[in-house]
Amino acid sequence: MKKNVLPFEKPVVELREKIAELKKISGDSEVDLTEEIGRLEERLEHLEREVYENMAPWDRVQMARHAERPTTLDYIEQLFTDFLEMHGDRYHSDDEAIVGGIAKFNGQPVTVVGHQRGKDTKENIRRNFGMPHPEGYRKALRLMYQAEKFDRPIITFIDTKGAYPGKAAEERGQSEAIAKNLREMAGLTVPIICIVIGEGGSGGALGISVGDKLFMLENSTYSVISPEGAAALLWKDSNLAKKAAESMKITSYDLKELGVIDGVIEEVQGGAHRDIDSQANKIKEVIESSLHELSQLSEQELLDQRWRKYEKIGSTTSVLERTETPVN
Amino acid sequence: MLRDIFNKKRKYATISKQAEREDVPEGLMMKCPSCRKIYYRKELEKNNLICLNCDHHHPMSAKERINALMDANTFEEWDVQLTSANPLEFPDYIEKVEKDQKKTGMNEAVMTGKGKINGYESAIAVMDSRFRMGSMGSVVGEKISRAIEKAREERLPIIIFTASGGARMQEGVLSLMQMSKTSVALERFSRSGGLFISYMTHPTTGGVSASFASLGDYNFAEPKALIGFAGRRIIEQTIREKLPDDFQTAEFLYKHGQLDRVIHRSEMKKILTTILDIHQDGGDRS
Repeated sequence: MKKNVLPFEKPVVELREKIAELKKISGDSEVDLTEEIGRLEERLEHLEREVYENMAPWDRVQMARHAERPTTLDYIEQLFTDFLEMHGDRYHSDDEAIVGGIAKFNGQPVTVVGHQRGKDTKENIRRNFGMPHPEGYRKALRLMYQAEKFDRPIITFIDTKGAYPGKAAEERGQSEAIAKNLREMAGLTVPIICIVIGEGGSGGALGISVGDKLFMLENSTYSVISPEGAAALLWKDSNLAKKAAESMKITSYDLKELGVIDGVIEEVQGGAHRDIDSQANKIKEVIESSLHELSQLSEQELLDQRWRKYEKIGSTTSVLERTETPVN
Repeated sequence: MLRDIFNKKRKYATISKQAEREDVPEGLMMKCPSCRKIYYRKELEKNNLICLNCDHHHPMSAKERINALMDANTFEEWDVQLTSANPLEFPDYIEKVEKDQKKTGMNEAVMTGKGKINGYESAIAVMDSRFRMGSMGSVVGEKISRAIEKAREERLPIIIFTASGGARMQEGVLSLMQMSKTSVALERFSRSGGLFISYMTHPTTGGVSASFASLGDYNFAEPKALIGFAGRRIIEQTIREKLPDDFQTAEFLYKHGQLDRVIHRSEMKKILTTILDIHQDGGDRS
């Protein structure tokens, strides 16, 4: 427990430990501490609410990266039945930084795709810390084409620091792999629901997140660049990451306000890892209602709606004083 | 070593101020950054800004590119008035944009419109690296998407010349979303049978490389142009290995099967004309 305590939640954890200690003493000895413990538990409740309801962007960044945060495969186990993982892009290899396969959701066949981090160092090395190569994106696209062929909705889970910045990745066309997914996902004739569960790192996150609905877990992030990267780039100092996290607008609530996402999925108090069952239930409700809503649309309506959704994203204005510059 | 993967991670390539200075020619004379020879600017302009000594392709402004490619008096510009808002209320952002507007005479980093190339009509979008390093924010995404959409409606092919350091940091995730937006527009365009020629010039990196630039029916690039997803430095830090000199050049991508052709600027108009000619009877499936 102790090793995974985030700085901002330290007071909560310390108080919780104190209560546990008192309870132990109280059990071991004659001293009656019931009253004291009751008082402290009440304080703990207040403190928890105060701390977790006032999380700063940087706190959420840390929560999104929490070592115990549930991963794609954790949610798959909770949300679907009969999940069968499918492997390989058919060109080069199987990229374990992205998992995908077929499953049932409330009895309905679906295709599931998601980034996959490791839970420990060994698994992280195997999964390249959840940072895909081109073959990961190509596997995802292969599975999504298959979903379209068999008329299955697609559900994707986004959780990556970014696409892997490596030599082989560039040689095999990282840019092309991501770009192609963006375009092809726009045209798939089945519903696509995308959920950011941890870090949504830039183009690497985007590569499996074009769809009809985009949701974010409350403490997940979605950004054009990591706060550390932004700080290094803008102020030449990666130690200003905290400041960058605040100004870059990367939290779920910020993105809802900017009109980039369809909704925020609330997290259980203290973060998704505290109670994965309840968390999965909250996600389940959102998938259910989205699938229901999207199933009412014809293929053409679905595509039109998706196109319109992306057409609207952005923020521009007009200058009227400047007119066309004569070119040739 | 593993820790380094997470430190200071920059997702996309960036172009340093230094490179920007060297690349942007000003005044009467200019020095070739490649062979250091000094020329009259006029002399180079006559040669489409290709170095007369070493063949180095100097960056072209959007205007220069259009002049070099399109038949005289045929170009009609679209969406001239669009300019950046400041959605994240980023300090100094608007000032920076205004400064580049003064410098370039453009409202944003891309010029869009339509015109004729040896008589063949085509939509066109040309990015200009002098404007915020050609970075893509909401306006660039919007103008390119609108140009694609207009090309679809008017049944025109579209040629996009890219020159961009990637997504524009100051508009945060909205910049990132322009990658989807332009790609979604291209899907619709492609579905209707439209012809899209992607022409990458120096530099084409990050979010632009990982969206529309890579989605041409034909993907071309100018010689020696820097093209890639992640920046060289971040890759070197990640893999702890020195990268070869030609890494992420047009020639490197060509060798790895990522480009149809690397085209010398003197051949640009000829090759584009041929492609437009071959596609004259096609491109109508909707």
